[in-house]
Amino acid sequence: MNNDILQILPEIILALFAIAGLMAGAYGGKDAIARPLLWVTAAVMIIVASLVATSSNTTVEAFGGMFINDGFARFTKVVILVSAACVLIMSEGYMKSRDLLRFEYPILVTLSVVGMMMMVSAGDLMSLYMGLELQSLALYVVASLRRDSVKSTEAGLKYFVLGALSSGLLLYGASLVYGYAGTTLFSGIITTAHSGEMSVGLLFGVVFLISGMAFKVSAVPFHMWTPDVYEGSPTPVTAFFATAPKVAAMALFARVLHDAFGNAVSDWSQIVALLSVLSMFLGAVAAIGQTNIKRLMAFSSIAHMGYALMGVAAGTAFGVQAMLVYMAIYVTMNVGVFAFILLMEKDGAPVTDISSLNMYSKSHPGRALALLVLMFSLAGVPPFLGFFGKLYVLRAAYEGGLAWLAIAGVIASVIGAFYYLRIVFYMYFGDAKTDTLDKNRGGVLGGFVMASALIMVVGIVNMFGVEGAAKLAAATLVQ
Amino acid sequence: MENNLLSIVTFMPALAALILVVFLRGDDEAANRNAKWVAVAGTVASFLASLFMYSQFDPSNTGFQMVDEGEWLLGLNYRVGVDGISVLFVMLTTFMMPLVIAASWDVNTRVKEYMVAFLLLETLMIGVFVSLDLILFYLFFEASLIPMFLIIGIWGGANRIYASFKFFLYTFFGSVLMLVAMVAMFADAGTTCIGGCDISLLTHTFGSESFSIMGVQIVGGMQTLMFLAFFASFAVKMPMWPVHTWLPDAHVQAPTAGSVVLAAILLKMGGYGFLRFSLPMFPVGSEVIGPMILWMSAIAIVYTSLVALVQEDMKKLIAYSSVAHMGFVTMGIFSTNQQGLDGAIFQMISHGFISGALFLAVGVIYDRMHTREIDAYGGLVNRMPVFALLFMLFTMANVGLPGTSGFVGEFLTLMGVFQVNTWVAAVATTGVIFSAAYALWLYRRVVMGDLIKESLKAITDMNAREKWIFAPLVVMTLLLGVYPALILDVIGPSVTALVEQYDTAVAAADAVTHTAEAHN
Repeated sequence: MNNDILQILPEIILALFAIAGLMAGAYGGKDAIARPLLWVTAAVMIIVASLVATSSNTTVEAFGGMFINDGFARFTKVVILVSAACVLIMSEGYMKSRDLLRFEYPILVTLSVVGMMMMVSAGDLMSLYMGLELQSLALYVVASLRRDSVKSTEAGLKYFVLGALSSGLLLYGASLVYGYAGTTLFSGIITTAHSGEMSVGLLFGVVFLISGMAFKVSAVPFHMWTPDVYEGSPTPVTAFFATAPKVAAMALFARVLHDAFGNAVSDWSQIVALLSVLSMFLGAVAAIGQTNIKRLMAFSSIAHMGYALMGVAAGTAFGVQAMLVYMAIYVTMNVGVFAFILLMEKDGAPVTDISSLNMYSKSHPGRALALLVLMFSLAGVPPFLGFFGKLYVLRAAYEGGLAWLAIAGVIASVIGAFYYLRIVFYMYFGDAKTDTLDKNRGGVLGGFVMASALIMVVGIVNMFGVEGAAKLAAATLVQ
Repeated sequence: MENNLLSIVTFMPALAALILVVFLRGDDEAANRNAKWVAVAGTVASFLASLFMYSQFDPSNTGFQMVDEGEWLLGLNYRVGVDGISVLFVMLTTFMMPLVIAASWDVNTRVKEYMVAFLLLETLMIGVFVSLDLILFYLFFEASLIPMFLIIGIWGGANRIYASFKFFLYTFFGSVLMLVAMVAMFADAGTTCIGGCDISLLTHTFGSESFSIMGVQIVGGMQTLMFLAFFASFAVKMPMWPVHTWLPDAHVQAPTAGSVVLAAILLKMGGYGFLRFSLPMFPVGSEVIGPMILWMSAIAIVYTSLVALVQEDMKKLIAYSSVAHMGFVTMGIFSTNQQGLDGAIFQMISHGFISGALFLAVGVIYDRMHTREIDAYGGLVNRMPVFALLFMLFTMANVGLPGTSGFVGEFLTLMGVFQVNTWVAAVATTGVIFSAAYALWLYRRVVMGDLIKESLKAITDMNAREKWIFAPLVVMTLLLGVYPALILDVIGPSVTALVEQYDTAVAAADAVTHTAEAHN
């Protein structure tokens, strides 16, 4: 038991910290402590991340298999924690100037991060569901953080209703799986689920599970909530939605499919491939008409989830490695892009219209160059790191026998390139115009934009070792 | 072989670009001048380094030389090197770029960004020619789109946005299929090394057994599919008829220097790709698709020459003439014999000088009159004798007059294709006549006659800087015209090896097919 507690220590630390923060906020300074609390939260997350990163490199099952602490979980936890900390730091200025910086915000983010960490370590359908709900409930609340805004409240409500629906699907799937496999433990399910000889009930269970998880990663056709929630939520919250929860949900996807249904790859591979191809194309096509950069990034993230799913669909260890590398790169790019969006202001008010970027390269040459790099990287144009993410998943798909998926993926990437180019077009090719965005100092946010762009350029040398770490992580998931 | 020379040649311009980005501040006259001089220094340094590299190059060795390698991610390697086929393209690039920078001396908007874009473009272009790793090649090949997209989009003409998007998306679409094929090659051969290592793609034999996909019989199997994927990329880049439509738009809208780079170097990437990948790696695929490409080339030569005849815009006319000349190149390559390949490489190098010079010439009068309409000119010889002389020389070289480098390439490719397909050769030869028609007509309308247009009365002849830019091009065009051995001796051994390898591979594949048929 003592050993079990040790395995779950990072989650316990964070959960206790969240409760302590809640107490301090409720009985202490209320919103006055929000600012220090936010920084302390970010610091705690970084500390926990380094704790996780440096912990012993073993695979341990705790609580009778309910909780798995392996390389795969640790890799994703580090990505989740670091990205959540980055987003928290990014939020500060925006939240403060719009009077949104309530003490609940960092606490809710922490709780949702705890949920995510549970998700990626789940070894049982029950612990999976608990983690998922913990993260979702916290997210529903932060989506409607701006209580006096119709759009923000609408975003929260939409997210909640559709999220509840997807949880229902997932739970229904879990009950079917339990009914036909006789256990909720992944290690038990895998012994009953074999390729080609799965019972119809089990098959239905898998389909419902996949549907529920596809909602969380916002894969087509379970993506409808994404644009509205992205647009309605306060921008820092959108930045959070686009990063950590996506990584967690994608990791959960791989975890369930490989740990519980790893012997039935051919049964789910085609379903995931279909989700992947639909997401890539819808993300690419639907984003073309968007004028709001937050909605555009929503469709962009749908497309990117399609590419990451390509790695999952391959059903191999290399596929999982490709997915992990892809997600790490995706998160880095999105942190940079959202830091940039947070800097888009006109007369002190946030602007999300793409055309307001007209001639941005004149007023902010350095930042415009950074966003140019990020846009080409998102489009998957070499030599930036985004291209290598695509290369990984393409290779995984091809070697997993899904050559058609790889071809569909590259065609979608050409369509998608159009809207990324459009942002570059506004920044660089526009005509001289008087009412441009405010000329503001970058500060922390500018630092994030620059760092993210720099990683996209310098990372092509050796990817900072992420490749090797992802390989080890994938090896622990897929034997 | 520890040798960093090629890497120095490749990354010298990028270093200059980095210096500009990091250290150069301000937007005033002095900053602009500094940006120009840093760009000159970067390109000239790269040229000098490449000259030294060339002096070390041994043409009789058909393998890769001056290989520089290092570990990279994903099990890939950073590996660069040159052989007889690629070395001249490197030289062409480093030779042209200082001239391009010099030709941009009058640019006065966003000078720093302009120079950075061109310097990065140079690194990427050299990188394409020296890469000995599949993914590294793709990296350089695709990345070159970014600076060119910006060059057209920022410093281009009135319709630049349309042209830049068309350029980017067209060529990007062509290339992504190649990426999938590259992934497939990686999976099949287990390496991405093009050459110069123990297990390389050049020595790997890709499957050529025919199979059918959804009822369609694929003759030549994997090789044909991979060939087609690469073909999609290189044909767009070349550009070959009927996927050439992005080129006239891009040329017309690009600034002069952009047009020069596009015509002189970027188009050669496609031809180089055919020589480096398509022929040696997919010989069976080449044999299956080759005859079709010969006809496409012949159509390109005749059709685009006819289209060029009716153009009102000088740059568009020269752009279509480029497509026609690239038709000779593809024709030469897919005749797959010594003369054809020699001619194709020669034609590419010589077209680099000639088309570069023609676009520079258009730039000279565009800078003065700000129009590219042919009708806006006439009788320039009266005011601009030096320009008239130079334009005459390059028009003649473009037509392929003996004594200029244009003749050698066209003659060799025609000779090569004549041995393979007489009809294609016959059709292509009529293209030579058409090219004389449009080029001479252009010359007559712009330069000859009386100077009657009021607007032209004050036009001035070329200044010293412009003359000096043309001087090296004149020398190269005439020198190669009378002494083609300068190129042919360098490429000869490598081309011979390539032809031999190709013939052996095709014969081996045929033998397998024949035995299979005999068994049936």
